[in-house]
Amino acid sequence: MPHDHPGHDHDHGLSPSGHPFRADNDAPLTYWQRMEIAARELLIEKGIVTPAEVAAQIDAMDARSPANGAAVVARAWCDPAFKARLLSNGSDACREMGFDIGALHLVVVENTEDVHNLIVCTLCSCYPRTLLGLPPDWYKTRAYRSRAVIEPRKVLREFGVDVPDSMTVRVHDSTADMRYLVLPARPAGTDGMDETALAGLVTRDSMIGMGLPKQP
Amino acid sequence: MAERVRVKTMSPPGHVRAPHYLRGKTGEIERPLGAYKNPEQLAYGLDAAPKELFRVRFTMAEIWGDRAERAEDTLDAEIYAHWLERL
Repeated sequence: MPHDHPGHDHDHGLSPSGHPFRADNDAPLTYWQRMEIAARELLIEKGIVTPAEVAAQIDAMDARSPANGAAVVARAWCDPAFKARLLSNGSDACREMGFDIGALHLVVVENTEDVHNLIVCTLCSCYPRTLLGLPPDWYKTRAYRSRAVIEPRKVLREFGVDVPDSMTVRVHDSTADMRYLVLPARPAGTDGMDETALAGLVTRDSMIGMGLPKQP
Repeated sequence: MAERVRVKTMSPPGHVRAPHYLRGKTGEIERPLGAYKNPEQLAYGLDAAPKELFRVRFTMAEIWGDRAERAEDTLDAEIYAHWLERL
């Protein structure tokens, strides 16, 4: 038997990979699922949006990914003038690269040899979605949202980032209208790499400040 | 010299964007951000007047006292002007 699954000794059969099949989702809708359907149907009934427009927006959001942010970071690593524009007006610099970020007000904070920045939204889950796509699930948890401001260094260590005591940790709480992107420090040993190759080193977590770029 | 401000300790009911853990804490204006429609009214579909918004920088020692992991680490948050008193 590939795995033991306590509580699954009744006979559903197992999938080819040896796991029990997931049960059908027959539970009643939750309150907020009903609210979403009701609001969407009303908007469609009143002619404010069409189902095709709703689907197109979902497609547009799903098409956004951390690769957009990685391209911005790699450009900043290669082009000092672009980096200066990015740090003074993050939104305009992203638009200059052709990204459709909507009304996003982006503040970019730079990691240096003395400073490590990280981003949290303690009140909800604010995140630069129109640049990076949807946030990771852990970013939205109450554990991350409270611990990132109380014990950021401990949380960073759990993510594999050991910030020495000689460096300052700066936590940025997205409490209102700004959204934040960390500009990670360019890894050593990347002098010969071009912008596309550099973008491949930039991880999602490194742009939240909960990781570092990959080493070449 | 940076401008010092304190977050007011008021506790109005309803939707606010000034987190409890910063109320009564003193920090420095990191940068002004311009005026944005007040989310405390937007949340209720009301006609929201623009309010000045600031990034305020606090030390971890100011927020957490002796429990801070490292006193000189900082936390920046966006706080609306009507939540701030100048010192």
